[in-house]
This record gives sequence, C-alpha cells and structure tokens, in this order.
Amino acid sequence: MKFSENWLRDLVNPDADRAELCHRLTMAGLEVEGVQNLGEGLAGVLVGEIVACEKHPNADKLRVCSVSIGTGEPLQIVCGAPNAALGLKAPVATIGANLPNGMAIKQAALRGVDSFGMLCSAKELGLDADASGLMELPTDAPVGAALADYLALPDASIELKMTPNRPDCLGLRGLAYDVAALFGAPMREADAAIVPMTSAAVRPVTLAATADCPRYLGRVVEGIDPTVVSPLWLKERLRRAGLRPISAVVDITAYVMLELGQPMHAFDNDRLDGGIVVRRASAGETLALLDGSDAKLDPQFLVIADATRAVALAGIMGGLDSRCTDATTNVFLESAYFSPPAIMGRARKLGMHTDASHRFERGVDPELPRAALERATALLLQIAGGKAGAVVEAVAPEQLPQRTAVTLRRARLGRVLGMSVADAEVERILRALGMQVAANDAGWSVTPPSRRFDIEIEEDLIEEVVRVHGYERVPTRAPSGQLRLGLAPEVQVPAERLRAQLVARGYFEAVCYSFVAKEWLQRWSRSEGSVALANPLSADLAVMRTSLLPGLVEALKHNLNRQQERVRLFELARVFERGVDAPRETGRIAAVVCGRALPEHWGGDKRAVDYFDLKADLENLLDLAGSDRSVEYRPLDRKEFHPGRSAEVFIGGESVGFVGALNPRLLKVLDLDQDVYAFELDLDGLTAGRLPAAAELSRFPQVRRDIAVVLPEEVSWSRAESVVRAAIGDALRELVVFDRYAGTGLGSGLKSLAIGLILQDSYRTLTDQDADHFVASALAALERECGGRLRG
Amino acid sequence: MDVLQTQVDESLARINDAASIDQLESLRVGLLGKSGLVTEQLKALGKLAPDERKLAGERVNRAKDSLQEAIAMRRSVLEEAAFAARLANERIDVTLPGRVADLGAVHPVSRTLARITDIFQRLGYQVAEGPEIEDDHHNFEALNFPPHHPARAMHDTFYFPDGRLLRTHTSPVQIRAMSGKTPPIRIIAPGKVYRSDSDQTHTPMFHQVEGLLVDETSSFADLKGTLAEFVRAFFERDFDMRFRPSYFPFTEPSAEVDIRWDQEDGSERWLEVLGCGMVHPNVLRNCGIDPERYTGFAFGLGVERFAMLRYGVKDLRQFFENDLRFLRQFG
Repeated sequence: MKFSENWLRDLVNPDADRAELCHRLTMAGLEVEGVQNLGEGLAGVLVGEIVACEKHPNADKLRVCSVSIGTGEPLQIVCGAPNAALGLKAPVATIGANLPNGMAIKQAALRGVDSFGMLCSAKELGLDADASGLMELPTDAPVGAALADYLALPDASIELKMTPNRPDCLGLRGLAYDVAALFGAPMREADAAIVPMTSAAVRPVTLAATADCPRYLGRVVEGIDPTVVSPLWLKERLRRAGLRPISAVVDITAYVMLELGQPMHAFDNDRLDGGIVVRRASAGETLALLDGSDAKLDPQFLVIADATRAVALAGIMGGLDSRCTDATTNVFLESAYFSPPAIMGRARKLGMHTDASHRFERGVDPELPRAALERATALLLQIAGGKAGAVVEAVAPEQLPQRTAVTLRRARLGRVLGMSVADAEVERILRALGMQVAANDAGWSVTPPSRRFDIEIEEDLIEEVVRVHGYERVPTRAPSGQLRLGLAPEVQVPAERLRAQLVARGYFEAVCYSFVAKEWLQRWSRSEGSVALANPLSADLAVMRTSLLPGLVEALKHNLNRQQERVRLFELARVFERGVDAPRETGRIAAVVCGRALPEHWGGDKRAVDYFDLKADLENLLDLAGSDRSVEYRPLDRKEFHPGRSAEVFIGGESVGFVGALNPRLLKVLDLDQDVYAFELDLDGLTAGRLPAAAELSRFPQVRRDIAVVLPEEVSWSRAESVVRAAIGDALRELVVFDRYAGTGLGSGLKSLAIGLILQDSYRTLTDQDADHFVASALAALERECGGRLRG
Repeated sequence: MDVLQTQVDESLARINDAASIDQLESLRVGLLGKSGLVTEQLKALGKLAPDERKLAGERVNRAKDSLQEAIAMRRSVLEEAAFAARLANERIDVTLPGRVADLGAVHPVSRTLARITDIFQRLGYQVAEGPEIEDDHHNFEALNFPPHHPARAMHDTFYFPDGRLLRTHTSPVQIRAMSGKTPPIRIIAPGKVYRSDSDQTHTPMFHQVEGLLVDETSSFADLKGTLAEFVRAFFERDFDMRFRPSYFPFTEPSAEVDIRWDQEDGSERWLEVLGCGMVHPNVLRNCGIDPERYTGFAFGLGVERFAMLRYGVKDLRQFFENDLRFLRQFG
C-alpha cells in the first residue's frame, strides 16, 4: 500500500515529522517499506510556457525555445526533449536552481547558443521515473508559479508492507484511525455529502447469492463529458500512490478506493442490458476481462451479470465489453460488499491479482459502500459533470458480518503481556481505534468497528492495546516456568558425532536439494516408489529423492569440473518413498569419494582410493554406536554398484545400506572417467548404540600364535574368520589378518592368509600345549569347512 | 706390589683412551671380569699371610675402585658423545607438513543449526522433529490458516498429487509437539522447509528453527527476554533490538524481531531476523491444551539468514552448490 503523505495528513495531521510518522507506523505493525521524498530541490523551478520554439542553428536534435515565466522577458533555453513544442507548459529550472539529482543550473552556451535555464523532465525533478521528455503540465497551469506550490509539494510517497490481517488500512481513512490512535491526533471529518438525485435513470439490482454478496449499491450517472481529464491534484495523488491515471471515471473510482478502501467499478451504462444480478457463474461460462484475458468460469466464481450475460468478475475485475471508454457518457457505478470467502483464491486461480481482489479477499468494511458511492458520485459530477440517478441498494442484512462484543479481562491482559497497562490507556487506545468500549468489573466489553475483520478474541484486543501502547514498553524478562529436561538417550549417537567423525577423516558435508530430476533417479535405478511433486519449479526439481547418492555424485562432478582432484563429500538427510498411508521418510547418511586415498604429500603414498579406504571410514562410523555389534558385509548385486567391489551392510542381520565402487557403466552414463566409491546407510543403524558394560579383566597372560593358511580364492575372510572363531571358542580373544598373498608359488585359485590368534583364558594361564591344541583345531576346521591347509 | 700399581696406571690410561663402549666393555671384562686382572688379584689374596692379606686387600680394593670409577666416567663420556653424534645425524625439516592430517568441515548450515540448538538446549529446550512431507492440517489448518486465506499466499507451496505438501515452515512441529502432551513444553524444531520460489535471495529449500514454550506463566515479556538473550549469545555481542508488531495466523500478539546491523558502507540498518508471538489460543485448543490455563510463545528463524550474517556469506545459493572451495572456509 503506497500513498501520498500529504493526502494522509489531510485526514489526520499528527504533530510529528515524516521520520517520526514512519517510525511510529512501523512500530505499530504497519511497516514502512520505502519512502520516496518528493519535491526536494525545487527552489527556482517554475511553471513555464514555451512561447516560441525554433530549430537550433548548429544541432539537428536541439531546439531553441523562448520560455515565458510570467514576468519579464521570456528566457532563451536550448532544449533537446522531443516533446518541446510551442504552447507546451513545462517546469523550468531557472539559473541558480539546484535540482534533486545534483545538477546546478547555470547560464551556458550549447553549441554556440546561450541557454538561461533548463526545461525539465519528471525524472530530473525526482518526481517520477519518466525521462522520455519534458514533464507536461496542464494547459491551465499558472505560468510563473513555483512548481512546488503548484504541485502541492513537498510530499512523500510512503509504501507500507501490509500484513493480511489489516485490510482496513488498505485505504487512507482506515490508516488514519491508526495514526490518530498512535499520536492522539484528531481525525478530520469525512466528506460525506449526499449527492441529490438529478436524473430518473435507475438500474435495478437483484442479489442471487446473498451469502457471497449481501450488499450491492448501484447508481446511474448520465451525461458526463467523456473528453474531460482528471485534474492535476487527483492525478498527482494517484501517481504518488503508485497508480497511473487512465481516465476521469477510472481515476475517480481508484481515488475513492485509495481514500476510503472501497474498490468500485464503473460500467458503461449503455452496454448493460436490463437489471443487474449478482450470482454464481454457471459451468462453462466465459467472460472477456478488462486485461484482455478470457476467463473460463465455473460456479466457484461470483459474477455481476445483466439480463443476458456476465459483465464483471465480482470483486476482481470488470468485463471488457461493458468497460468505460473515451466515448462513454452514461455510467453505472458499483459499490458492493463481497464476502471474503466468495473472493478468496479466485483471482489466484486465474493467475490474477488486482487491487480489488486484494481488498475483498481480506475484507472491506460492509458499511462503506454507500459512503463510497456518494463520494465517487460527487467527484464525478464535480469533474466530468452529468446527472446522478437514485442510489439503488440491494441488501440481505442477515448475511452481513456482525461485529460482536469481545471480552477483555484486565488480568488476562497482564498475564499474556507480562505487564499491566493502565485502564485509562487501554480505553483510550481502543476508543481511538473506533471500538465501542464498555467497562465492567473484570475489564471491558469491546465491540470492534465494521471495518475491522481481525478482532474476534481477547488476544486480538490485547495485541491492539500493546501494538499502540508500544512493544518496546513490554519488559524483557527470563522465563520463569517449570523446567523439565528432556534429553536424548545416552545410547543414541547424535548426528553431530557422525559429522565430526567424517570431518576428522577429511570429508566435507554437502547439502543437496531434496528434489531431483526423475532421470537422475532412473539412472541410479532408484525411481521405483519415488514421490513426484504436482507443481515442481522445473523438471530438474520434480521428484523427491529416494537416495542421497545422485545429488552427492553431482556435487562431486561439480567439484571435479573445478580442478578439485580429491573429493570426499558426505550428506545427512532424509529420503522419501511411497508408503502405505503416508510417504515414508528415512534418515540417511551417505558419502562419495574419488581421487587419491591420502592427501598429496611429500612422503608420497600416491595410490588411488579403494574399497578398503572407504570401508575403514564406514567402520569408524559404525563403531561410534559400539564396536561389538555384529556387522556383516555381503556381496552386493545392484546395478549402480560394481558387482565385485561392493557390499550390502547388515547390522544384527538387518540390511542397513551399501558400500562399494560405483558400476563403471553408471560412471560412463554420468560422464565420470575415474573410480568413485560410495556408501549410503540408514541413519538408524548408526545412531542406535548401547551403554558400555564393563567386564572383569583376565589376570592371566595372553598368548599369540600366528599361522599362514592357504585357502581357495572364493572363501571370504568373514567365512574363514567365523570358522576359526567357532573352532577355538571363548579362548580366542582377538583375531587379526595381517597379510594376504596370491600368486606365484601358490597355484591359481588359491590365496594365503596370515592370521594372528590372540588367546587367553579367564581362569588360568594357557600352556604351550593349550595353544597348540587351539591352533590345531582351527586348522582342522579350516581344512574341513573351507578346503584350507597350513602353508608349508 | 708396584707391579699392580703399574698395571692399574696402564689400565687407567687405556680406559681413558677407549674409543667406544664396546672397547670399554672388553677392558672392563679384562680387568674386573671373572678372570680379570683385579679378580685374579683378589683370588690371590687368600694365599697370603693374614697380616699381609689385610694390607694387600686394601690395595687391591683401592685399585678396583679407581678402575670402576674410571670405567663409569669414560662410559658416560662415550655415551654422551654417541648421543651427540646420533642427534647431529638425526635431523629433519620440521617445517614439512605432517602426514595425512586433512580435516573436512561440517556444512555452514549444520554448524549454525548446531550452535542454535546448543543455545536452546542450555535453556531446557528439547529437539523435536516432524515430517518434511506434511498434510494441510499440520502445515496450515491447525495453525489457524483457513483454506484460501490470503496468509497462505505468503507461502508458495509445493504440493503432491494427493494433496499433501512439502512443509513451508517448521511450525507444524509445534502441532505435533503439543498434541496429546501436557505442558510444560519447551521444544525447538530444526529442519528443512520448502517454498516454490527461486531467485537471487530465495532457494526452493532452506532451513528453519522453530521454538515453542508452553506453560502456566509464559508471557510476552518472557518471549522478549528469551529471544534477546538468544540473539546476544548467538552473535556474541549486544545489539540494538526491536520487537515490531506483525502478523502470523498462529500467534497473537505477533512480532518480528529486528536487529541494528552494520552495513558494509559503514551505515546501519534494521534487519529482520526472527518471527515470533504468543501462541494463538485456537492453536492450543487444536492441540487439546486449555488456553485459559496455559499460555505459550513460539518463534521461528531462518538458519541461512543467521549463517550469512554470522559468517559473511553474500550469496544464499552458495549453501547448496557444495563447492569445496566454499566449504573449506568452514573447516
């Protein structure tokens, strides 16, 4: 909502300068978003008239003008504006003037011709953005008058950022109530003159949807002058409110909307057929609108119709066919109350947003239409002449919104705010805002005015009181309520620890969008069960991700393309899949790596990262929740992973995710020419830990025996390990594999593993014979179950 | 017994000339070992007459002491020299970088979230979560946004074909945290939120933290105190701060919090950092909490906004590009 400060001050004029006014508005919830000062630096700028205009002798685009400023000889001024012409009235900056854009006006020679001042555009005067030519002043502008006086300057365009709860301040009159309350300043009485009927022309009105439109007033004005243009003061006020003047009739309805808050519409009365009916649209009905669009309607929409067709989209926009044109002499003025639920969302549905819809969907004072209609008629007659017919009002009183009294308790006010406000101040504020206030023992009974749609409960009144009284007067205090600590269980590994662990291993955390292109998921064979948005921003952001890997690998590519060679990224976020009732959201952690295993270093391990590097990082993460859990890695068969270099991870027998090399086929599709390793796990598997439970330590020494075993290649370490563990039992405290060999001397299809057995008993010292016995049983089991033998 | 003295003198000279620990050790064995010179002399004492034995014994023991002392001294000289030689050899360039010590970094949004969470946990707030795919009820209806209400137009919402939506704020977690619970309630809800908007200053996904306190005594004054302390703690400095009336359907009265922020050009301006208010009685009632008995306050903040102010990030979109050159700055 943008408005002229002077206009507001016509309605209420507090003893406060512009800065103070803006500050207080902001601090009352009417946030000032911008202030454009108008009319500064206009000293020495006068209304001029071009009384002669000739071509410049030395320049094609310049003209030499004689400009009258009322007194003395006309000034010779060289001017390049395309609209400089004989008879034009325009602002003249005389010598000595300092314009708002910093220009100082001096006598100067332009291409050999002396110039004694400057004819100005609106932009040069800081009044408008228009720099296309000289600012054209009306023909009746008084030559020689100071431009600032003539334009009622200085002034300011003040723009408010309005919240949806305050439609009453979308008109200056409503805003004036708040200003009056804030400063304790008196309001000027409204122009409420009733325009007498001077014509018999009437158009009947019928309400066919009284809940949507319980009040509709119309009036015919005949015989207006279609050629008349709006007077300067009206145009200027519209301009300073950010509206472009169009024609007298349209400008007047806009003016009344800005002044009182009532959106109105003017039809060309000769284009209407029969009585007005306010009704719901029928299915399939269409209406050509003022903006040139064709609205396809259905019964959700409320229309204004005549006897034959819809002529306006109620509360949103008028129809093209019945609009006022420069030939219109008879108009039908509409001033109505449309119920917000009948308008809400309708304009949006058509991709529109108008000043009228903006107001009606928030709520316009139901008692305002008559006053607005009278005001518009008076202005119309004053500006464009004509004769006014009788006001026709159709009303369904029982459907009009009723303002009921709201109770405000003194004690509640104090409790919610944490401070007390003096009774007299409460009453002053509420009354100044136009509320009826009746005091009682516990507080007050308050009835809001018809223009307020946001006062329904006690808290609404509390906000009104504190808003005007001042939020800054509420004390700043520490909460005193009960404290009940609710901490996360100790066994739960916080996400912060997972992050810290990966950071310690050189990973950077990424944050990718939760929605991705469908093709991304398809490439990764992850589109099955995915959930797509109905209204995505673009096809690239259309489907909720089912895996963190596609985004992470894109981020990895982004970095490879920027000369980063060793990339280690992780992300901790949710993935989304179709579920039984609602989509399922699962917390995941994923990482991707490529490049060297270790940072580049003078000591020089230059090898590329491999499965076991990444697995170590993953094992660290898993160990945060307790290193004694049963974690299994089983060969994985998924398209996106390398079949020989990836594993599915199981915790306690349950699959929690994958780790391994990405499939070279996928890398090719992704246009990646180096190996990439990745893991992705459900977060639950990593965060569900256990409390440490201390056990008694053995007092007896431990014995280590190393063996080298030859095994068939296909026997996995985890298989061999479990066989050895089962064979030895409790005495095997630790088992390490400290070498692995395959190749010359072993025969194909065989490998040799060097295994260290750490043995200990809780109740006695193990003898050599004991240790030999354990080694022998381990070897026997390996031979029996895995086809292994001791390496000779 | 001059022979002994001569032998001792010669041995002392050899000891002092010993060039290595090994050489010294063989000298020691030759003198003091099982069949060493001194040991032999001591054995020979038994063959002497008792009166001579005492005298000779003293001489031999003196000789033994002097040799032992000389060996120990020489040993420490040689050891010291060996250390000196070894240390002179064992020299490295201590300014070369250490082996494999690169740290990564958490994302600045996580870092900021962790900081905010930490502050509120100290004030007794518990972290709560809710789904990112929400229903209309939790995201709007229960928060007092009627259908088609213009306040909804302030939230450009992503929908799913079944009518669900991506939550546009973390406020629905309020509803989940309050429903079926008995106050006191103190929660914060950090998380991702989504709005259908993308330009220089908007990304379609961003992060918020919602806070909620409900008990029998909470007031607007408490809300002011809580947020003033939070902002001071987060930025580690005092600010001019103002609470300005605003509008959210789920709070009444509502406020926005501005802080006075230094601009790069040296000027200052008010910068909005938080939205807040007293929980609307309808919202309490929607969650089965009696608004006559309990009052509460709620607040919400944009995490990226705080991260940008705190760490001087100029472009919001950088948070989601995952460029290592950007991320490294937070290590």
